[in-house]
Amino acid sequence: MVPLSYYLVLSAILFACGVVGFLIKRNIITIFMSIELMLNAVNLTFVAFAAELRALSGHVFVFFVMVVAAAEAAVGLAIIISVFRTRETLNVDRVNLLKL
Amino acid sequence: MHLVLFLIFGALCVGAAINLLVQKHPINSALSLIVVMGSLALLYLLLGAEFVAAVQVIVYAGAVMVLFVFVIMLLNAGEEEVLPHTSRVAVTLGIPGLIVGLAIGVWVIAHYAGLDRVNIGGPTVSNGTESFGAPSFVARLLFRDFLLPFEVTSILILVAILGAVVLARREE
Repeated sequence: MVPLSYYLVLSAILFACGVVGFLIKRNIITIFMSIELMLNAVNLTFVAFAAELRALSGHVFVFFVMVVAAAEAAVGLAIIISVFRTRETLNVDRVNLLKL
Repeated sequence: MHLVLFLIFGALCVGAAINLLVQKHPINSALSLIVVMGSLALLYLLLGAEFVAAVQVIVYAGAVMVLFVFVIMLLNAGEEEVLPHTSRVAVTLGIPGLIVGLAIGVWVIAHYAGLDRVNIGGPTVSNGTESFGAPSFVARLLFRDFLLPFEVTSILILVAILGAVVLARREE
């Protein structure tokens, strides 16, 4: 069997990749994908602990995280479309005014 | 066997995640993210989470990523431009800070690896390894103990659909 710590380190690396992408990327869609990457890293932690502790509630929590992530993706991409309509850009550095 | 599979797909996962950061074009990043999610689904299978693995492929690698690719193509997103006077703080301070954070994390995991197992509560399955995480057990938990949260998520999805339609609607 693979030790639990291997899964936790892998999850930490994936989460760190998500954080780095969130900070250095300038395209709003790529930033959004980095958030999804972070959510996936957390899901891996949930499943690894569920297998280690033999507790099935971890799987149910992963299910709820996925539902929230799907809802977030739908609303977030709608917001991105709306931002692109009004500003004609996807660069977050150009989106610096609350009201046009 | 488990360790070999874990190493192969863990490396694939990390490689694709780094590729997501390196690529300039959003569509390449999206395809890398699909690779990450696919290999994560295989890791879930290794952990005995069959239901979660199936949902990961169907919902994440399927539905959510189709939405992403669709929006990228709809908005004709090209390579990202870097404005000359943007903040470089994230690049100069973020990477050393991240390395420090990761080192602390690895140290904590290595230091507490021998800790006794504690159960945080919730139903446990003690029969054979094969059936753990099978859809029937998850369903029993989901539709009995977590029935109210499950119904609340359906309302959340409904609100999200309405919100997406209202936000993306073209203004007259």
